[in-house]
Amino acid sequence: MLKTFKSGGVHPPENKISADAAIQSLPVPKRVYIMVTQHLGAPSVALVKKGDDVKTGQLIAKSAGFISANVHSPVTGKVFKVDDFIDQSGYRKPAIIIDAEEDTWVDGVDNSDEIIRDITLTKEQIIQRISDMGVVGLGGATFPTHVKMMIPDGKKAEFLIINGVECEPYLTSDHRLMVEKPEEILIGTTILMKALGVSKAMVGIENNKPDAIEKLSHIAKSFKGITVHPLKVKYPQGGEKQLIKALTGREVPSGKLPIETGCVVDNVGTAFAVYEAVQKNKPLIERVVTVTGMAAAKPSNFMVRIGAPVSELIEKAGGIPENLGKVVGGGPMMGKALMSLEAPIVKGSSGILLMPVEESRRVVIKPCIRCARCVSVCPMGLEPYLLAQVAKNEMWERAESERVMDCIECGSCHYTCPSGRPLLDYIRLGKNKVGQIIRSRGKK
Amino acid sequence: MALLTMSGSPHVHDNDSVEKIMWGVVIALVPALFVSIWYFGFPALKITLVAVASCVAIEYLIQKFLLKQEPTIKDGSAALTGLLLAFNVPSNLPVWEMIVGSFVSIAVAKMAFGGLGKNVFNPALVGRVFLLISFPVDMTSWPVPQPLMQGGFFADAITGPTSLGILKEGLGTGQTVNELVMKMPDLMRDFLGNQGGSLGEVSAFALIIGGIYLLMKKIITWHIPVTYMLTVFLFTGLMWLINPDIYINPVFHILAGGLLLGAIYMATDMVSSPMSPNGMMLYGVGCGVLTVLIRLWGAYPEGVSFAILIMNAFTPLINRGFKPKRFGELKNQKG
Repeated sequence: MLKTFKSGGVHPPENKISADAAIQSLPVPKRVYIMVTQHLGAPSVALVKKGDDVKTGQLIAKSAGFISANVHSPVTGKVFKVDDFIDQSGYRKPAIIIDAEEDTWVDGVDNSDEIIRDITLTKEQIIQRISDMGVVGLGGATFPTHVKMMIPDGKKAEFLIINGVECEPYLTSDHRLMVEKPEEILIGTTILMKALGVSKAMVGIENNKPDAIEKLSHIAKSFKGITVHPLKVKYPQGGEKQLIKALTGREVPSGKLPIETGCVVDNVGTAFAVYEAVQKNKPLIERVVTVTGMAAAKPSNFMVRIGAPVSELIEKAGGIPENLGKVVGGGPMMGKALMSLEAPIVKGSSGILLMPVEESRRVVIKPCIRCARCVSVCPMGLEPYLLAQVAKNEMWERAESERVMDCIECGSCHYTCPSGRPLLDYIRLGKNKVGQIIRSRGKK
Repeated sequence: MALLTMSGSPHVHDNDSVEKIMWGVVIALVPALFVSIWYFGFPALKITLVAVASCVAIEYLIQKFLLKQEPTIKDGSAALTGLLLAFNVPSNLPVWEMIVGSFVSIAVAKMAFGGLGKNVFNPALVGRVFLLISFPVDMTSWPVPQPLMQGGFFADAITGPTSLGILKEGLGTGQTVNELVMKMPDLMRDFLGNQGGSLGEVSAFALIIGGIYLLMKKIITWHIPVTYMLTVFLFTGLMWLINPDIYINPVFHILAGGLLLGAIYMATDMVSSPMSPNGMMLYGVGCGVLTVLIRLWGAYPEGVSFAILIMNAFTPLINRGFKPKRFGELKNQKG
């Protein structure tokens, strides 16, 4: 029996149509739009102004606060302006816009393909380097990685968990990275183990990626303390809490962090970025992005510079299709519908999903027939129908006592609802309001 | 390029629908319908068609002319209510009474509460209990089964009591269970459906087949039917062990009367049953206990309809008190 998490979950059609497309490097874009803040936490501060010359890999926005991250220039060129620009969530936020010239890297970056195996830095140096190089969680949450490495007093890390689950349908960026850069990922894992002071790491991969499981299992034999675990395909297994449950049987207590269970979880993409930061002195300025969907002419996986406009990736994947109805930044379950195709790639972008018109429309909303499917698929053991109803009725106290803040927004409830009710829309509203109430309580 | 659609995640959906669920239950009831037509002939088919047609028509008329909204009869829920109501009456019920029952089911028990999803009580059972109280003689004159080829399709039915009726009446006059069992069809006939009773309840075999289909299609879960039947089995089994002279064996209680129809198709009605697995199990146990209390010590020979309706009334409270197991709620930690 393959391992998986116990309660809830759904199995949407996997549609990994870009799984066999090798990662292609995209040419450096003519103009890039770098969002000043690309992580979860305190906003970063821009260090450059209009007219400045920058080199590839140069620090252009600085971490400001404990939970914050650096941003580096992905191109060489002149700063066109520092101004608000539309991001993938549809809001205008501070961005550094750079016109690119010939690619010249800052000194000290090893830009070769040679694999560096010996880890020479100490635990403290590793954490500092990860912080300097602006590495954040690449699974989508973009939590600054160096902060995760600093274990709070009184807590102890036992396991490092490397997340190669990629449970979102369509997305294959982690899959391709595992197939093409397995050794780099495992060196990155070893570096993270050293930084955390743990002797065991588990790589969790869903068994719809047999090639990645085979490659990593084989190479892991020559790495101490790293084991690879195939998992039964079930969404949302890539959720941090679900993955910990699947691999260790432990449950992160409500409202607490994974470290309560002795686990730290990092994405395979993050492990690769850590390898590049620590072994090659390379800042996080590019990542793998899948361009896919039923409307995509050529489903592809690209190694792309941060700041490239989404439209450019679509162009390289065969252009904008005639029947395009919706473009999603991320996977179909948790991604955001894009308002503008000029929005740029950020550190957290794992995919661009092109959906045809006929898939884009929502179904007609029918009355709730109390079938309880939303309850049975909720991986957090919540009652989505109830949370949606109390949020709709603005009953914020009830929403809080029914634990709306535990919702991980996986969307399984809305996915499964036979009446097509937009449960998660209302639950998000509830989380937002209840979150505000909790924060204002803290201030008193 | 056309404008892009904006909406919150998720962007893909399971292709299930209310229609598929409702028609799925209808399909599951088809074997039992065939058995009824086999044993009770044309009247069974006639009364079923009357009930389905009146339920659908009444819902359409109310939505179209009273509520002035788009009729939603295509969702199949009214047709299903009609089918279940027909399954809960004797096949020789007068047509006009069937129409009155359908009216109570749809107009009173469903539409008056706000339509699909809003009703507190199972509409088909409300209709049945209304008929039982209003027309007690017609509702308890059970046609004796005559297999299709022997009796003739259009023959007038001879009526007789159900096994549960024989039992209740006989025990009242001081006879023992053993004497009464001689007057009943044997358990194998109960299992196949060759017994007197409401139109759709007679064949345990056909009802179980449909139940397996519903479980496979994930339209129902095991929680309610299994806890319901298990409770009836254990409770009546205990009484039988205490005194087999006045309490009949538990297998009889499972196969006789409307228990299987109730446990698999009526108590599992999504709208009027609880939402969490624990709540469903409590509800199933409650249905079972009430059914046995009514059957053994109540005024009516059969208690399934009343038991389910009473538990329907408790559903909101059960939902309030029985939550699913929250992720991350550990035993030694308060939520």
